[in-house]
Amino acid sequence: MVWEDNVLEKIKVGIIGPGNIGQDLIIKLGRSELLEVACVVSHRESENLAAVREMGIDASDGGVDYLVEKYKGTIDMVFDCTSAGGHLSAAPKLKEAGMFALDLTPAAVGPFCVPAVNLDENFLDLDNVNLVTCAGQATTPMVAAINNAVGVSYAEIVSSISSKSAGPGTRANIDEFTQTTKNALEKIGGADNAKVIIVLNPAEPPIYMRNTIYTKVKNPDMEKIQAAAFECLKTVQSYVPGYRFLLEPIIQDDIVTMMVEVEGLGDYLPVYSGNLDIITSAAVHIAEAKARKLMGV
Amino acid sequence: MSKIYITDTTLRDGSHTVSHKFSPEDVKKIASSLDAAGIDIIEVGHGDGLTGSTINYGFSPYNDFELVRAAASVVKNSKLAVLLIPGIGTVEDLERAQDCGANAVRVATHVTEADVAAQHVRAAKKMGLFTVGFLMMAHMASVERVLEEAKKFESYGADIVYCTDSAGAMLPVDVRDKISTLVQNLSIPVGHHSHNNLGLAIGNSLAAIESGATYIDGSLSGLGAGSGNTSTDTLVAVMKKMNYDINADLYKTMDASTNALIPVLESKGLKTNTNLDAMILGYAGCYSSFLLHSRRAAERFNVDVRDIIIELGNRKAVGGQEDWIIEVASDLSKLKNK
Repeated sequence: MVWEDNVLEKIKVGIIGPGNIGQDLIIKLGRSELLEVACVVSHRESENLAAVREMGIDASDGGVDYLVEKYKGTIDMVFDCTSAGGHLSAAPKLKEAGMFALDLTPAAVGPFCVPAVNLDENFLDLDNVNLVTCAGQATTPMVAAINNAVGVSYAEIVSSISSKSAGPGTRANIDEFTQTTKNALEKIGGADNAKVIIVLNPAEPPIYMRNTIYTKVKNPDMEKIQAAAFECLKTVQSYVPGYRFLLEPIIQDDIVTMMVEVEGLGDYLPVYSGNLDIITSAAVHIAEAKARKLMGV
Repeated sequence: MSKIYITDTTLRDGSHTVSHKFSPEDVKKIASSLDAAGIDIIEVGHGDGLTGSTINYGFSPYNDFELVRAAASVVKNSKLAVLLIPGIGTVEDLERAQDCGANAVRVATHVTEADVAAQHVRAAKKMGLFTVGFLMMAHMASVERVLEEAKKFESYGADIVYCTDSAGAMLPVDVRDKISTLVQNLSIPVGHHSHNNLGLAIGNSLAAIESGATYIDGSLSGLGAGSGNTSTDTLVAVMKKMNYDINADLYKTMDASTNALIPVLESKGLKTNTNLDAMILGYAGCYSSFLLHSRRAAERFNVDVRDIIIELGNRKAVGGQEDWIIEVASDLSKLKNK
């Protein structure tokens, strides 16, 4: 068939950490027309790693060292799905190997990137971008939208996620998780101050990821606030289709309350794990933008 | 019998009752009275733990660190604890609380989620803090699950683990099942924290103690979220009556309620339904209708109503012998003025 000759070779990517996030990425990247997973590494052998090998992907317990030694020059981008500590040690090695790092841990070595808020060409020239956290991906767009519209002096978010969708990495890093999310709400959300609360809920069947976003606004103009929130909703939905209002913005005094729920695509974990989807979808979105740039398409 | 240690949480769980508006001055007044009463651990701060002052939980006009510093300035013997709920507060907040004088921490998680507290418990131990693992909403999990989660806290290095009835939803039989399982399978002491929503706080506290718990929570006059916690005053009276070995002094604990807490509550336009004189009737085994007569006699002879009631109990007064009250009050007055 003629058209096959015109298909560009996909950009090869690596994944560090075959946990919930890594597994979900493998499925999402499997659908990508621009990217393909060439290698998955971990620092230890596991059932998850074996499952990756079954899929015909090179899977090694040699960690980041294996990845950079074997794939320097062939892998252009690496998704790090380990932990803050894990990424701190991997980041310089990836940089050295010329691999673009998409950091899905709260390490925040590179600048925060939330596609709906700040993804632009400049980000694609960096060697490391940080995906904040699932809560950050879910709430920063709304805080930034309200801040641009009417100014936010204080943002507070309460993120509830189902216990089943919070893997050991998230659990071991909950302080880094809240701190990194707070930093993102201030630095790119634009709030003068922010507070982040994370609650795990073990209910069965598991709850969908839900985020309550309180903003103390400088100008309580509800028309502007509504317009900004709905515009933001559409932007996020363009790469996370299951992002929706559970409670549209309401105001009391100068405090705006809204709630967003994230239904996942049900790739690796069932649809309740919107927290997984929102960060992996954002990462794939950034990686595809980078791939287009590399391919010149 | 094992020694029983009391943690008073008037200034933390009780903070819910005053919408998190205890001032540093209020804290000093109440904490110094608790310390004088021999309470083992005094917990201070926002009801939802360190940095709980938020839109979601209610803002406090004072930050936790000011309150801890205020308490630390007056507490001499008691341990001074803060509550840390991972997901709300952080290790950094805990370090700041320690700098302000806290020397104990209760790291609290939902009963099924102890592993989010691993980093906080380990950090707290490294900082040299007395560290309690606090499993909240324990009614929502099975006995086996509570044990599994408690073992996690033990493995992180916690000094004690609590089975916490945050909803006041446990029945004495649930408390017995869970506490006795923990006591049999852990090598660290076990504690219990009750809420009086079903009127079972003191009963559940006793069920916990009889099942082997050695750490029990209370708050003065039973302040606290919902219907409040086990009343520390009642807890001390009952423990004394049962001859448990405790450090707290009964009268001084009651005085902490009467002379420190209640004026603070009144200054905020709040009232409690506590009737500590009536509690002493139970403690001493006196006919209940003696209450008002004893109060009148106490005023007439200028003696402590509690002494009258306890002495009537010692003399084995029975129902109908209200006339003895005058005699006892008069005797006490003479003794006092000798």
